[in-house]
Amino acid sequence: MSTELKININEEKEKAQKLIEKQGRRIHVCASTGCVANGALELIEEFKKLGADAQALTNEVKMSVIPTGCIGFCEQGCLVVIPDKKLTYVHVKKEDVKEIYDSLLNDTVVERLLYVDPALNKKIVNNEEMNFYAKQTRTAMKNCGIINPESLDEALSVGAYSALSKVLEINDPEYVIKEIEESGLRGRGGGGFATGKKWRSVYQHRGGKSYVICNGDEGDPGAFMDRSVMEDDPHKLLEGMAIAAFAVGADEAYIYVRAEYPLAIKRLRKAIADAEARGFLGNNIMGSNFNLKINIREGAGAFVCGESSALIASIEGERGMPRPKNIHMAECGLFKRPTLLNNVETFANVPLIILNGAKWFASMGTDTSKGTKTFALTGEVNNTGLIEVPMNTTLRQIVFDLGGGIRNGKKFKAVQIGGPSGGCLTQEHLDMPMDYDQLTKVGAMVGSGGLVVMNEDTCIVEVARFFMNFTKNESCGKCVPCREGTKNMLAILEKIVRGEGEMEDLDRLEELAQVVKQGSLCGLGKSAPNPVLSTLKYFRDEYIAHIKDKKCPAGVCTALKKYRIKEELCKGCTKCARNCPVGAISGNVKEAHKIDTSKCIKCGACKENCPFKAIVVE
Amino acid sequence: MTDKKTLFINDTEVEFTDEKTVLEVAKKAGIEIPTFCYRPDLTQFGACRMCVVEVEGRGIQASCTMPPRAGIKIYTNNNKVRKIRKAILELLLAHHDRECTTCSKSGSCELQKYSMEYGITDIPYVKMKQEEFSPIDASSPSIVRDMNKCILCGACVRACSEFQGIGVLGFSERGSLTKVQPMAGKPLKDVNCVNCGQCVSVCPTGALTIKSDIDNVYDLLNDKEVKTIVQIAPSVRVALGEMFNLPSGENTIKKIYSACRKLGFDLIFDTNFSADLTIMEEASEFVERLTKGENLPIFTSCCPAWVRYMELNHPDMLNHLSSAKSPQGMLSPIAKEIAPKFYEGFNKENIKVISIMPCTAKKYEAKRDELKGETDYVLTTYEFAKMIKQQGIDFNNIDEQEADSPFGQYSGGGTIFGASGGVAEAALRTAYNIVTGKNLENLDVMPLRGVDKASRSKEAAVDINGQTVKIRVVSTLAEAERAIKEVKEGKADFQMLEVMACPGGCINGGGQPSACKDLKTKENRAQGLYKEDRELKIRNCHENPDIIRLYSEFLEKPGSHKAHELLHTTYSNKSQKIKV
Repeated sequence: MSTELKININEEKEKAQKLIEKQGRRIHVCASTGCVANGALELIEEFKKLGADAQALTNEVKMSVIPTGCIGFCEQGCLVVIPDKKLTYVHVKKEDVKEIYDSLLNDTVVERLLYVDPALNKKIVNNEEMNFYAKQTRTAMKNCGIINPESLDEALSVGAYSALSKVLEINDPEYVIKEIEESGLRGRGGGGFATGKKWRSVYQHRGGKSYVICNGDEGDPGAFMDRSVMEDDPHKLLEGMAIAAFAVGADEAYIYVRAEYPLAIKRLRKAIADAEARGFLGNNIMGSNFNLKINIREGAGAFVCGESSALIASIEGERGMPRPKNIHMAECGLFKRPTLLNNVETFANVPLIILNGAKWFASMGTDTSKGTKTFALTGEVNNTGLIEVPMNTTLRQIVFDLGGGIRNGKKFKAVQIGGPSGGCLTQEHLDMPMDYDQLTKVGAMVGSGGLVVMNEDTCIVEVARFFMNFTKNESCGKCVPCREGTKNMLAILEKIVRGEGEMEDLDRLEELAQVVKQGSLCGLGKSAPNPVLSTLKYFRDEYIAHIKDKKCPAGVCTALKKYRIKEELCKGCTKCARNCPVGAISGNVKEAHKIDTSKCIKCGACKENCPFKAIVVE
Repeated sequence: MTDKKTLFINDTEVEFTDEKTVLEVAKKAGIEIPTFCYRPDLTQFGACRMCVVEVEGRGIQASCTMPPRAGIKIYTNNNKVRKIRKAILELLLAHHDRECTTCSKSGSCELQKYSMEYGITDIPYVKMKQEEFSPIDASSPSIVRDMNKCILCGACVRACSEFQGIGVLGFSERGSLTKVQPMAGKPLKDVNCVNCGQCVSVCPTGALTIKSDIDNVYDLLNDKEVKTIVQIAPSVRVALGEMFNLPSGENTIKKIYSACRKLGFDLIFDTNFSADLTIMEEASEFVERLTKGENLPIFTSCCPAWVRYMELNHPDMLNHLSSAKSPQGMLSPIAKEIAPKFYEGFNKENIKVISIMPCTAKKYEAKRDELKGETDYVLTTYEFAKMIKQQGIDFNNIDEQEADSPFGQYSGGGTIFGASGGVAEAALRTAYNIVTGKNLENLDVMPLRGVDKASRSKEAAVDINGQTVKIRVVSTLAEAERAIKEVKEGKADFQMLEVMACPGGCINGGGQPSACKDLKTKENRAQGLYKEDRELKIRNCHENPDIIRLYSEFLEKPGSHKAHELLHTTYSNKSQKIKV
């Protein structure tokens, strides 16, 4: 059964490594979307001007600047990493380049650009001591930020296409599917369906034309791990897809990427072309009988197109609306053919599972959730960015170790996980592992992996309103519960936030949430009420405070804010009255002033300008 | 042998065989599940969620898309299900122009019906405000679009693209802003709509309605200077009764004549008479083309939606269309030019012709430049039924009367025009006679009959004097387009193509009472027509004595100069570039 391939992957890898060696000392500059926005491309030019140019490397210098993919620590960009010295420089500006360059020549360290650990209040000289990195286990994102994503040689030097080569040599789909089944890998797009099981059911319908689709329509607000894989290690995704296509018997694949990811599209296009030119994709891959054509389809930015049936409709050229799923996609999917659909991160896990074996992968995580998961850590933590951790990592470890705790010494309140389809986790869940089943049990979900950390200043009702507004806008408009239900749920939340809520509104909100959850056609609608339901479950008091006491405990909801002058502190300086744009403040000089709340527009000008801190918000 | 399996509906064991959905199984078991977007003739959509049921172990599921499986337990009406349906109705009504009393769909609106059944008395959600209302699009001669009543079930969108392959209607925007609109938000008259009215037929609410000519007709009826002549199309007679709770397919033509007299029409003609006349002209034209080998295959021309489709999309093939006018188009000039010779006080100037049609496109046909001034107003079956009700006529107990001679007598060939395949069958009967001088031995051309989905394209081959003549019959323009493609590619082996735009033909026209929820209705109506054909003494158009007399006294012979003047028309390139 095994086949001898015409391309020897080990030789290719060695050749590539030799090319890398010639580059001398590598200076990694993160050239991903976030850092580019902060001016990373200028840094690279500056390094090149100084002589760190791989193309024109002089013997005396022996340094090359490498534009890498995302290192994950976006909060601290631009980032410059010197891998052989284990140094990371943060917030680097164009002006700092010369100093870094010189320090490398003199073998010194630019102290002022080092990262300061907020918990230890200590400058970190060695990467490995950075909690943000040290506590991560990178599988899907292993090469992200380490290689130049636009170079096939760089990818080959770290082992790209070795797993595909192994699979093609063994030449047995059953072997691949078994490995994936035994690894315990589950879909990383949100649902958490067993990947091996999915592959097997598509495999069972092989014979005619089959398709593999990669869902790269990452749309959760704040989530960008799939973008990172596509931008920073495109060959890993292509390799994972090729292995999947081989396993299920497909010869054509699509990557559905949202058009808002132009860099990902550009890099994927280049990667496909490069891989085809070198025989890693296309016809007779590496000299085997296996052919695979990978196409890219750009989505127009509809959130719902991340839903499998809507995504398929979109690829087929129809309006991106979900379809009823009576027949499984494994039998009748894209163009009515058997289709395997997985998300970017799922495919990115595949090559290492094949290379290191199912056991290695299954050794990480919990009983039912194996391996690692990427998360986009955002919100009120010190370290925001992209992380990848084993699935048994607890929320506490993520927030307090990797995330470096809550910003400005504030108190932790909750985490919104899984974006607009997910739910919130609170203090009581801090020691829970990020495991599919446990999260589902408490009304949340892994989702694609968005983690928004909230502190005591966050209004939970406002958070629910924010996500509801998102799903209301992103509903495709097809089924009634989602289209009309989300609109009316939002209307109720807006009413509560405006301070006009009544207690019956809570009942109505919950009833409607059930209708939307149970009655909707697709996953978007079925999960749209989750943020409301889980916040109602854990923070009902806060809703009630908005309704009964007409107060926003976090002091966020403008309509519920009340400005008051503390008589005992007011000196009657009249400054507040003079600054009030609507003339709502009255009082005689040197006497305590008063705010007419019926006139007050809650702009806060009085509070900002009071020299005696006599004005408070209630 | 089909497999017999069972499942449980509301704890009762129910048998099922080849039903595709739980909804169908329930229906067979006598349980009606409410639906808006489910239309058995269209693809499954699963959008309205009214048909939700609870499936043990699988929660809430839409029964219109869920395939039945042996052993599953389904609850169609428990409290959970009922609450969801109620919420759906409330949500829909909140975003709906609820001026039911002034809605032309009132009484036959499905949203209204279910709201009543589910006892919706209050709408606890944010209601659509007057300033959010969209303007009504009444630009089309046939169809009125009122998007304030649209519940986005998508039936019209599917009908337009699946039946007709035109797709002038589509969804735009998303979420709660989603709406259905003609391409690029244009008024309906400015897009390639063929006015077939299938969108109206499948619309559950008052969002798409027939443009009413009722008031115009009343004005004529009340004008003492005007003489009104009414004509009734074949398929009206087998569908009108449904509006009065009579079974579908029951032939009520004699009651219709009577109702027309009660409404005050001065003369009652029957379009079936002119259907016979159409066959005389069309069959002769067919035989002539066959002999000369010119412009074959001949395309029938009685369906105005199809004619417009050709003019919009295939102007290079207009030579294939028969130049014979439609039966409506023929009877109107006869009524104005020839009828005055038979009736005192009638003259070309004071006659107004009103036709009662199963069809919204006929309203457009009457307004065609080529036919202007001939048919004054077109009433659809639906509008005519309304007039009968308005006038307090007890239709079910009315006496039976006859049409006015000599423009009321018809053959079986004329009556079967209403079902897809009927025109071709009647034409074949007469063409055979023209060529051979004999009648077909068996007048029933069975391969050309049938109005279900599988019969949207059918063929028959007949030997006429040693020459095999092949006839293709299609209904729906999507099917017509396939036939045209064959003609264009030179692959067509048929000499005649009958096209009806509506699935199943005129019996399922856009102006008929809607038959979209029950496939049997179409079938029954077609059977009603074939029954009359069987029972009529005269079954061949060319044997209608009044037709023979019309030719001998006025028109000489089919295809004569005089016949051409009155009974034939022209077509022109009407293709338009729609500016976005």
